[in-house]
Amino acid sequence: MSTELDYRTQEQQVDFTQRMHPVPGAAEPEQELLTLNVGPHHPATHGVLRLLVTLEGEIVRDLKPVIGYVHTGIEKTAEDKSYWKVIPVIERMDYLAYFFNAMAYIGAVETLLELEVPKRAQYLRVIHMELNRIMSHLVWLGTSMLDLGAVTVWWYCFREREKILDLFEYSTGQRMHTRYFQVGGVADDIPRGWEQKLREFLADMPSRIDQYMDLVNRNEIVLRRLKGTCPLDEQTLLELGVTGPLLRAAGNPWDLRKAQPYSSYEDFDFKIPVGQRGDNWDRYAVRMEEMRQSLRIIEQALDGLPEGPHITDNRKVALPPRHELATSMEALIHHFKLVTEGFRVPPGEVYYPVEGPRGEYGCFVRSDGSSKPARVHMRDPSFVNLQATAPMVKDSYIADMIATLAMLDPVLGGVDR
Amino acid sequence: MPDAPGVELLAQELREAHPDAVVATEHFRGKGAIQVKPERIVEVLRFLRDKGYRALMSVHGLDYYPEEPRLGVHYELLDRERVDRLTVKLRVSTDDPRVPSVTPDWPTANFQEREIYDMFGVVFDGHPDLRRILMPEDYEGHPQRRDFPVGGEPVLFTYNEDRGTGYTR
Amino acid sequence: MRIVKREKSQAAEDLRIRQLRARDMLRGDLEGEDLEQYVQERVITTTLEKAVAWARGNSIFPATFGLACCAIEMMSLPGARVDIARFGYEAFRASPRQADLIILAGRVSIKMAPIVRRIYDQMLEPKYAIAMGACSSSMGVFNNYAIVPADKFMPVDVHVPGCPPRPEAVVYGILKLRSMIHQDPALSWRKRHGAERTVEVLPEDIERFEQEAAINVFKRGDTAGA
Repeated sequence: MSTELDYRTQEQQVDFTQRMHPVPGAAEPEQELLTLNVGPHHPATHGVLRLLVTLEGEIVRDLKPVIGYVHTGIEKTAEDKSYWKVIPVIERMDYLAYFFNAMAYIGAVETLLELEVPKRAQYLRVIHMELNRIMSHLVWLGTSMLDLGAVTVWWYCFREREKILDLFEYSTGQRMHTRYFQVGGVADDIPRGWEQKLREFLADMPSRIDQYMDLVNRNEIVLRRLKGTCPLDEQTLLELGVTGPLLRAAGNPWDLRKAQPYSSYEDFDFKIPVGQRGDNWDRYAVRMEEMRQSLRIIEQALDGLPEGPHITDNRKVALPPRHELATSMEALIHHFKLVTEGFRVPPGEVYYPVEGPRGEYGCFVRSDGSSKPARVHMRDPSFVNLQATAPMVKDSYIADMIATLAMLDPVLGGVDR
Repeated sequence: MPDAPGVELLAQELREAHPDAVVATEHFRGKGAIQVKPERIVEVLRFLRDKGYRALMSVHGLDYYPEEPRLGVHYELLDRERVDRLTVKLRVSTDDPRVPSVTPDWPTANFQEREIYDMFGVVFDGHPDLRRILMPEDYEGHPQRRDFPVGGEPVLFTYNEDRGTGYTR
Repeated sequence: MRIVKREKSQAAEDLRIRQLRARDMLRGDLEGEDLEQYVQERVITTTLEKAVAWARGNSIFPATFGLACCAIEMMSLPGARVDIARFGYEAFRASPRQADLIILAGRVSIKMAPIVRRIYDQMLEPKYAIAMGACSSSMGVFNNYAIVPADKFMPVDVHVPGCPPRPEAVVYGILKLRSMIHQDPALSWRKRHGAERTVEVLPEDIERFEQEAAINVFKRGDTAGA
């Protein structure tokens, strides 16, 4: 409530004369500014995002996002649990990119421990992460087109998403928030038949992506709503700290998978799609192409999957396999210590970035030598990308604001953590 | 990442440009970090920006309780041309948790500094709009501090339930 | 073993007695009060209520209220694999005025709780609530300062546990709700939950209200560690 009062007084004091320019073809602009609350419960805000929008007629003059409506205190909860038990909690931050959250955190812990991850585990991690990227882009595509009114796309995207979730359930046991990535590798090796199922999916998916593009690319309404709307130049995006497909749509090919490869990404050959103008259409096209490139990566990883253990041998960090518990005393002791207290991590502070579907997920872990982390912080890309909403939608219509929000792909779980 | 001598050289140049800014340097797990005095953070970041670290990726806070000074703010810098990362750290105490805001130079720090204010209580001077971002506007307390209970409210056990911290009557 | 003679009661539950009364009815032998009683019990009220309950249960309009991860699983409910259109529930209404069911999918933070309550209040009777997922039923995985379980501020009919629950589990919960509605479509949630009255307490009155309430009221700002 008090925010709105302050906002009203701020509104009176702002001088818009420099910023107002005539919208071509519009009638005489009205003098009065209307502040509207696109509230936390709204079908078009992806999650519980609240926007205070200052309108002049239908034109957005200013936008203030208000967040915090799904703040879960995950970082605080993580300080209370041992390192292994933080993983399920951390996964629930950005709920569409759970493998990436886990990867960032586990990468940070492995850096602190100076732990070597076996090659097979790295490849399995890459496969699951790229599947997650495709899944996240599918949900983005479905919900964005739902916002724009092209409802049919939503049904097809969720059909494909079910296939990916079947794959996740097959290999990890759970559809979402799988707790599959563990410190030192992955929790379990892939079961028999999974590779077969994945290959069927890979054979099927490119034609599905073509189907989506058929539905969308020549749709007059979608084209008019996305092409040329709300562009933002690369320099402003860089200043705002925006990463991910938004930055690549503006022309900057910055991708951590190529720039600072982690987890064997350097073994794979894939391209980074880059847009030209940085408008909504480019953001859409970049993500569609990223889905195709992810398919390439998965195929290469599957073909080149090396033999070996799926988790590190270091029993001080990873649980021993269950059959050893019956015969080996040390295994029993390790198991007991790991489950009750957890492993201790040498003190230090580490920041580990990964490239997720929305940008750079950086996990900062501070350890004070005990078995619980002293501080876990996720630099979430949606949080930082949200600051770019206001410059993007200034002086465009509300409809463009909805389309831009859709193309921005904010996931409020990551924004609010 | 700049290697250990690289960080030292950088810190040396920084000391020459801004004499009393640098407090310490460290190189841990392949990444360099420079600890600076809170008052000089804006100049330090500008200096590093001229050196090539043009991207501020993350601003995050932490609580070093019980070591003093308690509150810390880390700035993660990235040099895209040379693919280099560098951390700049500073520490303030809870008695005077004021840090100059870097938002005028780096617009990306806007929301992130607000979050540090919300969670830790660090006041950023010069921030255009410093108010709570994640918690409700009228919340009291800074949740991410180490002495703030995880549950937000003290847990009632038998030893304090008759004292009644204002709860059940 | 004792043989107890059962009294002939008006609300004849014995099958034989019912059969006899039906036979009398058909023959036209029931007169006066008996006839009125019979009609009142069987034909109009009960059948009509049952029919209305059946219709109400089979055409629930859920409100779009996804908060976090459970929202994604809720979004796959009307999808092709788990198709709740088979039950008639595919019409998700955006406006709470048009919805009967609020599926609280996701974690409710303290900033969001008053808003959820306001949305629930805006719904028209009869209204139902499903708390989907562990976070809204209890606090779920997160036992901390920022999360509120839904039972603390609104009445919930069905809790569906899971993190996130499979869409099939949510369908099971919805079908349980449907059978609840079929059996007892009490028009008002107050009757259903035995709630006498709800009072909106303004911040200045909260002191006085704390005296009367027998619940734990967290004093604002009281965060001293335990």
